[in-house]
Amino acid sequence: MAHAEAHAVTEGQPHKVEGQQHPIGIYLKIWGLLFILSAFSYAVDYFHVQGYARWGLILLFMILKAGLIVAVFMHMMWERLAIIYAILVPPVLVLIFVAMMVFEGDYTEATRGVFFATGEQASPAQPSPAH
Amino acid sequence: MAQSNVTHSAQSPALPEGLPGFVSDWSSDQRAFKGVPWGKAMMWIFLLSDTFIFTCFLLSYMTVRISTVVPWPNPSEVFALTIGGQSIPLILIAIMTFILISSSGTMAMAVKYGYERNRKMSAILMLVTAVFGASFVGMQAFEWTKLIMEGVRPWENPFGAAQFGSSFFMITGFHGFHVSVGVIFLIITARKVWRGDYDTEKRGYFTSRKGNYESVEIMGLYWHFVDLVWVFIFAVFYLW
Repeated sequence: MAHAEAHAVTEGQPHKVEGQQHPIGIYLKIWGLLFILSAFSYAVDYFHVQGYARWGLILLFMILKAGLIVAVFMHMMWERLAIIYAILVPPVLVLIFVAMMVFEGDYTEATRGVFFATGEQASPAQPSPAH
Repeated sequence: MAQSNVTHSAQSPALPEGLPGFVSDWSSDQRAFKGVPWGKAMMWIFLLSDTFIFTCFLLSYMTVRISTVVPWPNPSEVFALTIGGQSIPLILIAIMTFILISSSGTMAMAVKYGYERNRKMSAILMLVTAVFGASFVGMQAFEWTKLIMEGVRPWENPFGAAQFGSSFFMITGFHGFHVSVGVIFLIITARKVWRGDYDTEKRGYFTSRKGNYESVEIMGLYWHFVDLVWVFIFAVFYLW
């Protein structure tokens, strides 16, 4: 903090703090929004929405909630781009890893389908001979 | 947002905004993260590394779920509770979600009151956050007990693919551990706020650094992160 104190100019405060202060209303609004979004994502399950609509809605509500928490509760929207990029770009790059593992998982499932196919179909007739 | 008062913008030479600001910050002398206290930057970097840990858990869960040829257990039914003779799907998880979100709300306000030197409100809100967190862990313990009684193990379960158990215990266990650690540190920080350690700049017993209310915001960052991870777990593990 020693070098940071030279920068900080705080009005009439005895301690030099670089913290962020925002009106309480914004926290309450975001809190309410997060409640509504959580209720929506629970409703997706409760009303048995299926297929692409289910996945799309789940991901949409997830991204919205995550964005609100990071932006407002964690004060990211008031930070400078230097730290925003340093923290938020690496997790986005993880999406490449996700894509790789989707291909890998599909491939593994396909090979299992090929190699276990005989055992799978035979299992109702004869009680599983192999592992 | 317009009336928000960001104190670090009151630095004497105006820093460039936008992309030029990004370039000049990163190429500048001594500090890249202007206006971000040292401890806060370190907490952000720790949270980034923690993000990768949870990413690895969720990715391995995704991979085993894609690659298994045995049907995956339906979380909606596995986590249903019977209340008043009626089976409600996923109800406990929904309650846990709302509790964790509420704890994030109280934490955000604790940070605000901390910077306003309102020690009483800040400490009370932090303790409320800790109580929410502890009840979350309690419900998770209940959920674990229920599943273990039903025969769910890391290597097998009566509902379907065996990988369900290992993914479940690993992911929720690691998250629950984070919540538990957070509750402990919330209590420690609340005590320090209550005593006025950050007003007297009392030195911490680990770091010997002068205490100040940034510690409350750093505590808040960690706590919001725990909530953030739950958002992803709730979506991809419980709802998918």
